[in-house]
Amino acid sequence: MSEQHESPGLLAALMAVARRDLLLAWKRPGDVLNPLFFFAMVATLFPLAVGPSNEQLEFSGPGVLWAAALLAMLLSLNSLFISDYEDGSLDQMLVSPVALPVIALGKSLAHWMTSGLPLVLVSPVVAVTFRMPPEVMGYMMVTLLLGTISLSLLGSIGAALTVGLHRGTALLSLLVLPMAMPVLIFGARTVSLVASGDGVAGGLYFLAAYAVLIISIAPFATAAALRISNE
Amino acid sequence: MWKFIHQLASPPHFYRIAPKIVPWLAVPGLAIIAYGTYAGLFLAPMDYQQKDAFRIIYIHVPSAYLSLMTYMIMAVSAGIGLIWRIKLSHAVAAAAAPLGAWFTALALATGSVWGKPMWGTWWEWGDPRLTSELIMLFVYFGYMALRAAIDDTVKADKASAVLALVGAVNVPIIHFSVEWWSSLHQGPTLIKEGGPAMDAGMLYPLLAMIFGFTLVFGALLLRRVRSEVLYRERRTRWVKEMILAAEGRN
Repeated sequence: MSEQHESPGLLAALMAVARRDLLLAWKRPGDVLNPLFFFAMVATLFPLAVGPSNEQLEFSGPGVLWAAALLAMLLSLNSLFISDYEDGSLDQMLVSPVALPVIALGKSLAHWMTSGLPLVLVSPVVAVTFRMPPEVMGYMMVTLLLGTISLSLLGSIGAALTVGLHRGTALLSLLVLPMAMPVLIFGARTVSLVASGDGVAGGLYFLAAYAVLIISIAPFATAAALRISNE
Repeated sequence: MWKFIHQLASPPHFYRIAPKIVPWLAVPGLAIIAYGTYAGLFLAPMDYQQKDAFRIIYIHVPSAYLSLMTYMIMAVSAGIGLIWRIKLSHAVAAAAAPLGAWFTALALATGSVWGKPMWGTWWEWGDPRLTSELIMLFVYFGYMALRAAIDDTVKADKASAVLALVGAVNVPIIHFSVEWWSSLHQGPTLIKEGGPAMDAGMLYPLLAMIFGFTLVFGALLLRRVRSEVLYRERRTRWVKEMILAAEGRN
C-alpha cells in the first residue's frame, strides 16, 4: 500500500482490484481449475445417465453444456468474497476512498476472467463429445461469453448477500439460480436454434442487452449488499 | 395527509389502528368470495369446450394475480424501508413474503389440477405462465431463506430488501424469457385465457373473486404485519406497558 491518501482514478482502482484477484488466482490455480473439472464432470454425467445414443446427445448437447456451465459458475461464486472476508481485506475495501461499486466491478471482472472465460475456452472440447458441429460451436462460445458475464455479476450480488453467513452455499444457489433463468433460457435455446438451422440474432441480442443491464445494476447492488453484510 | 402517513408508520400507532381496519376488509371480502363461489359454481354457464373444469379459474386467476401483486407490495415496501429507513415497511415486506409464496403455491396447484383434464397431464412445461409461476415460487423461497439465515433483524431487513429490489428488476425479464422459450416449444395448443370472449355470466363471478381475494389478502396482511410488529418491538416500553395494563385489568 502506498502512503498517498488521495483516491486513485476509477479505472486505475478497477484495474488494481482485478489485478490483485488475478494474481491470487494465479497463486492458487486449484480455485480456477476445480470449477472446470466440475463442468466436465457434470457434462459427463448426462451421457452416462441418459445413454450413449448419438441423436439424443446431439439434441440435448446445448442444454447440458449450458446447465453444466451455470452450475460451474455457481460453484466458483462461493469463494468470491470469502477469503477477503476472512483475512480482513474486505474491511479495507469498505473504508477505502474508492467507490465500492468500482471495487465490486473489479472483483467481478477478475472472477469472470478466472471462471467464465476458461469455461468458454474449454467448452468446445466438451461440445465435441456431444457431436456438436463446428459452426454451432462458434455460436455456443459466443452465447457462453455473453452469458457468463451476466452470471458473474448476477452471482456477485448473491455472494455479497451471503458472505458472512454460515451454511451460505445452499442459500447462494437458492438466491442466484432463479435469477439466472433468463440467461440459461436464452443461452441454451439460441444454441439449439443454430443447431436446427434457425435465426439466432434475437437470442444473441437479448444476451448482450441483459449483460449490459446487469453490468449497470449489479456493482451497485453488490456494493450495497457488502455494506449491509459487514455492518 | 402527511401527518396521517407519518403516524401510521409508527409501530405502536399501527398496532392500535390495524385491528380496527381488518374487519372492514375481511367481512366484505369474505361476503364477496361467498357470492363469487356460489355464482362461479352454480350461476356461471358451462364452458362449451372445457365443461365444468373451467370453474377452477375462480381460484386460480385470483391466486396467480395475488402472487405477482404480493411481490410488488413486498419489493416496494422493502425499497421504502431501505431508502427512508421506515421500520414498519420492513415489517410489511417480511409479513408479505409467506403470503405471496402461498398464493403462488395455490396458483400452481390449481393450474396443475386444471391441467390434468385439459392437457391430460399434471404438469406441462410448454405453458409459460405455469413455468414462470414455478420460478416465482423459488424466488419467494430464496427471499424467505435469506431472511431466515440472518439472525440480526435489521441486517436481515436490509439484505432481503436488496434481494427483493434485484428481483423486481428480474421477475418481468424471467416472465418474458420463459414466454419466448415456450413459444418455440412444440407444445400442445392451449386454450388461451380470454381467447374466446368471456361470457358476462362467467366474467362477473371472476371479477368478484379477484376483488374478494384482494380484500381478504389485505386483512391477512394487516394481521400478519401486526404480529410481526409486536414480535419486533417485544423489548420496547410500549409493548411492556400494554402487557402490564392488560394484566392489571384481569
